[in-house]
Amino acid sequence: MTKAISVSGLHKSFGRAHALDGLDLEVETGEVHGFLGPNGAGKSTTIRVLLGLLRADSGAAQVLGRDPWTDAVEAHRRIAYVPGDVTLWRNLSGGEVIDLYGRLRGGLDPARRADLIDRFELDPTKKGRTYSKGNRQKVALVAAFASDVDLLILDEPTSGLDPLMEEVFQACVREERDRGRTILLSSHILSEVEELCDRVSIIRKGRTVETGSLADLRHLTRTSVTAELAHSPNGLARLPGVHDLDVRGKHVTLHVDTDKLDAVLRSLADSGVRSLRSTPPTLEELFLRHYQEARA
Amino acid sequence: MTTLAGTGPLLRFALRRDRVLIPVWVAVNSLMVLSMPNTLESLYGTPADRADLLRQLETNASLRALIGPVFDDSIGALTAWRVGVYAGALAAVTSLLIVVRHTRDEEESGRQELLASGMVGRRASLTAALLAAGVANAVLALLVTAGLAGQGAAGAIAFGLGLAGVGMVFATAAAVLAQLTESARLARGLTAAVLGAAFVLRAAGDSSTDAGSSALTWLSPLGWLENLRAFADERWWVLSLFAAAAVAQGVLAYGLAGRRDVGMSFLPTRPGPPTGRLGTASALARRLQRGAVLGWSVGFLLAGLVYGGLTDGAADLVADNDRAREIFERMGGRSDLTDAFLASMIGMLGLIAALFIVSSVLRLHGEETSGRAEPVLANAVGRLRWAAGHLLTAFGGATLIMLLAGLGFAAGYGEEILPIMGACLVQLPAIWLVGGLAVLLYGTAPRLAPAAWGVAGAILLIGWIGPALDAPQAVLDLSPFGHLPKLPGGGMRWAPVLVLSAAAAALVATGLAALRRRDMTT
Repeated sequence: MTKAISVSGLHKSFGRAHALDGLDLEVETGEVHGFLGPNGAGKSTTIRVLLGLLRADSGAAQVLGRDPWTDAVEAHRRIAYVPGDVTLWRNLSGGEVIDLYGRLRGGLDPARRADLIDRFELDPTKKGRTYSKGNRQKVALVAAFASDVDLLILDEPTSGLDPLMEEVFQACVREERDRGRTILLSSHILSEVEELCDRVSIIRKGRTVETGSLADLRHLTRTSVTAELAHSPNGLARLPGVHDLDVRGKHVTLHVDTDKLDAVLRSLADSGVRSLRSTPPTLEELFLRHYQEARA
Repeated sequence: MTTLAGTGPLLRFALRRDRVLIPVWVAVNSLMVLSMPNTLESLYGTPADRADLLRQLETNASLRALIGPVFDDSIGALTAWRVGVYAGALAAVTSLLIVVRHTRDEEESGRQELLASGMVGRRASLTAALLAAGVANAVLALLVTAGLAGQGAAGAIAFGLGLAGVGMVFATAAAVLAQLTESARLARGLTAAVLGAAFVLRAAGDSSTDAGSSALTWLSPLGWLENLRAFADERWWVLSLFAAAAVAQGVLAYGLAGRRDVGMSFLPTRPGPPTGRLGTASALARRLQRGAVLGWSVGFLLAGLVYGGLTDGAADLVADNDRAREIFERMGGRSDLTDAFLASMIGMLGLIAALFIVSSVLRLHGEETSGRAEPVLANAVGRLRWAAGHLLTAFGGATLIMLLAGLGFAAGYGEEILPIMGACLVQLPAIWLVGGLAVLLYGTAPRLAPAAWGVAGAILLIGWIGPALDAPQAVLDLSPFGHLPKLPGGGMRWAPVLVLSAAAAALVATGLAALRRRDMTT
């Protein structure tokens, strides 16, 4: 199976600022790929390189098997893009913009368009200048989801949507995946990424720092464990991979590298477990750990 | 007065944002006024010359329509006559731009919402905008009064106050219209339409009688300015008309502003179609620019009709004055004076069409910097095709408006249809060259693209006042319009036309090649 997006060693600088500093990104065909990073990490720059709007200084990039710079128009026939900050023409109605974008891509499914307008509760007769931020995003989302394309590139598409619309959005993403479409989802909303994405890439300062399935990533990180024991524990501190150990009498909290969990549980069992809670790391913890380490 | 809270900081903020706009407009306007006594001195230096001019005006209705009646033969009175209508119109345009920019523009962009959440009263923005316009008009009045004081203190004060009065009448008119419309562009357009109506009323009033002004003139604020009779036994009470109109419109604007929600308007936007027919980038470009092209088309057709109709009368006037004839000949070529007048007026419209082509080409820049180009280009639309849509509108639109101007001239003048059409079309290579420069700037250095306005402005200045100021040939040669054959009347020369067209094509090609290779900015 070919990769929908394949990027390696991408560099891009604006004057002296290095926006991309050897970024790698692999998106498999048919997957929903989360693209995470703090503000200014280079997410939007990467996406704009993938869309042929910026020319990379060096590195290789392929989108749907084509070079995004030299072969942009052919690649774009199969791509729908939703920017984070949607601006519309003040005197065109939302419906006109949806149809325009559809025609400029591979075409639009009218039934799907009607269904999406209904689900997103969008009024397509309003003019561009009268839409709120969330409604402008809905215009771009309806146009993207209703288009006949293979790859959706969504750059923080839900920052203006309310929770109900966020649910509609998530349902739409799942439907798209079920139809075999590939989605690159750049987002700050970690619960959304956790809910939707098969794999994620985390970038920082223009480099990819982590990439893989959520299970893979969790495996590399720590599980937090809270236990009520029958006796005070022994030797927990000596076990490999244990961090932030806090023992108060028979009450224990600790973090443990996920692949060292076995030994910790065995040791706890030796002290007689009354209650035990073990939580896998949330994406948020994963994310924060990367960035706090970076800042330290 | 809590509804005015925050006016002071807002006014300072407005003046800071207008620190280029106000000085430039005021400087251009006062220079136009203050350079006039010298020009008139050289044109009508002797009392006999001036007596001739006054006699001519009595019999020449078309010239009265164009400029207005003259009330005395002093240089001061002639200055007020010659520039009054145009300086007043310029003050009106400055004022309406300032007011709309700080009221409806702010609301439309959403910036007003942030401001209004601070310690800012409901009427503070409107007050600050009107005060900013007041500052601009006061400075204009001061400069004009000081500069013309040598012609007579009373007349200088009256003329300065009159210009400021016109400015404030249109400032408050813009304030009212900015409450009614939801879009700043529409508010500007409607106020400009009111200004156009004021011009037409005055022109109709002045041409219909050879004794001063008729009742129609009194309906127009521009007519009040002429009836102030600066330097000709001033009628000071006319100033109260400006004050009354400005106060009445101001009260109306305040009343409307107090009755509506921020961002809302009394003329709500009508809903659009739920589905669209636009399917290509060039259809989109045509749709986005069609309003502008339509407006310019109507303007050029009307200008052609008016100037064409005035041609005979104006040529008669010029024929009696050696110096004026010399200037027209320098602008329009050495030939029959009617032809020279036609050629200079058509050349003037050509210069103005250069402004159209710059604004139209720079739509590309506006689309790119606003972020609207990015999602279009993320579709199966190449950059060249996207740019071509706008450029076809720009270059084709320039051709269209010059054709319409030619039709207008021919209809107004009534004969010489083919030579007039030819004269209009021969302007195109120079207009295209200016457009080509704009494309080159946009393609190679998008940040500098707005400098194309500067280029067009400089070319306009050279063409407009260069001949009257005896500018050296080397300066006149800087403008592409200076190289065009002087038609009608002069001989057709193909070489400059072909060279300029080829240069324009080369500039466009270079600009587009650079656009293809560069990063898109947001």
